[in-house]
Amino acid sequence: MQDQNYDAIILGGGPAGLTAGIYLSRAKLKTLILDQGIIGGQMVLSYEIANYPGVEKTTGFQLSNTMKKQAISFGCQIQSNVKITSIDFESETKKIEVNGNTTFHSKAIIIATGGKSRSLNIDGEDTFKGKGISYCATCDGDFFQDKKIIVVGGGNTALEEAVSLTKYAKKVSIVHQFDNFQALEHAVEEAEKNEKIEFVLESRITEFKGDDSLKSVMIENINTKEVREKSIDGVFIFIGYEANTNFLNNKCIKLNQWNEIEVNKNLQTNIEGVFAAGDACQKRYRQITTAVSDGTISALNTAEYILSKKGKLAESV
Amino acid sequence: MLQTNLKHVESRNDFKNLIENNENVMICCGRMGPMCLPVYDVMEQLEQGEDYKHVSFRDMEFDSHDAAVIRELPETKGFMSLPFTVYFKNGKLVRATSSIQSSEQVTSILDEAFKK
Ligand SMILES: Cc1cc2nc3c(=O)[nH]c(=O)nc-3n(C[C@H](O)[C@H](O)[C@H](O)COP(=O)(O)OP(=O)(O)OC[C@H]3O[C@@H](n4cnc5c(N)ncnc54)[C@H](O)[C@@H]3O)c2cc1C
Repeated sequence: MQDQNYDAIILGGGPAGLTAGIYLSRAKLKTLILDQGIIGGQMVLSYEIANYPGVEKTTGFQLSNTMKKQAISFGCQIQSNVKITSIDFESETKKIEVNGNTTFHSKAIIIATGGKSRSLNIDGEDTFKGKGISYCATCDGDFFQDKKIIVVGGGNTALEEAVSLTKYAKKVSIVHQFDNFQALEHAVEEAEKNEKIEFVLESRITEFKGDDSLKSVMIENINTKEVREKSIDGVFIFIGYEANTNFLNNKCIKLNQWNEIEVNKNLQTNIEGVFAAGDACQKRYRQITTAVSDGTISALNTAEYILSKKGKLAESV
Repeated sequence: MLQTNLKHVESRNDFKNLIENNENVMICCGRMGPMCLPVYDVMEQLEQGEDYKHVSFRDMEFDSHDAAVIRELPETKGFMSLPFTVYFKNGKLVRATSSIQSSEQVTSILDEAFKK
């Protein structure tokens, strides 16, 4: 087992984590970002970003690479695709074990593990992922030329993606569990006036069926409980995001009822020396700009915390 | 051309030579899209590390004419999400996956299919 020491460790290299990395490294604190996946987080999933101020139009991949380069240029160390095998945030010196062979120690932690698309968690979903079930219209839309597809969800993403999928599909059915949509009015109007779109409201999919690929779904009417089989070529699922906080279950960090991290206005968690930023936290608006803002606030408070600890140490010597 | 740090398979011939002359081959056939980039990233990292020196990692542009060698494999029939990732042992296809894969998913296939 190898041991390495840092001033601060950031879990997650999305926009929140990368921003925190930039600020902490610029403050000359020895900083490490650990990510279990690709650096950039959900930004990488976005083909086009048009609402990040100061950057006219870019891809999520480009914006991620620029942020990553910036962080590295200030001395921040970054490791991607790591497996976190154990954590101890309660002791004064925090510990994170990675890949079962290295333990990182630090004075402070920032949790910036973001979120991921929610899945339906029903029979057949894993089997037909990539074989008819998709979570990315821009990536997979063209496999469904002249096919019949379902879009699940009632938010902005579901309705906007349903409209964009009509470029390929001959028919798009929007299956949504309520009788009204959470999406903004203009998104609903766009979908309503599209002739290729039909609405299957107050309904939910209960099972996916097929052989080599998806062939049909079972749909239940929530009011009547009537279940029918609908033959279909593809299903796109857009039912929102959930915080990546499973690894904190049964740990000391306080989560709310949706498993989002509870923080105070300094983005400090209930544990001393542990801060949180971005989509993993309880908040209303989940955007790159808000993640970047959280990254800044958490980093500045983390720096202050570390320096105050160092100061106390100096006083006591 | 894909903008990755992996070596690219550019033609049918390239593909044939690669799987005939290398014992363990992983090819990710995709675009520069959101579900493909994380898989290239995992492959680049594994290629640089010590544990998978016995595997040849490559990518291939999904929309190129010759990528039909992967698009039209019987084992990728029914695939409807990018990227298509295929694993060959001694020239024979041993695994194929569709859509994004995590580092853990990729390494568990490599460990199982290409045991040292
Ligand atoms: C398809 C799509 C399009 C979007 N388009 C836009 C847009 O145009 N404009 C906009 O402003 N916002 C957009 N967003 C939202 C925006 O991307 C997110 O709000 C933002 O990325 C959140 O940043 P974050 O750093 O908090 O988390 P994330 O971006 O989710 O990053 C979290 C990182 O943490 C890592 N991680 C997770 N768990 C662990 C763990 N246990 N240990 C270590 N690492 C871990 C993940 O691998 C990931 O890299 C979009 C989101 C999606 C999905």
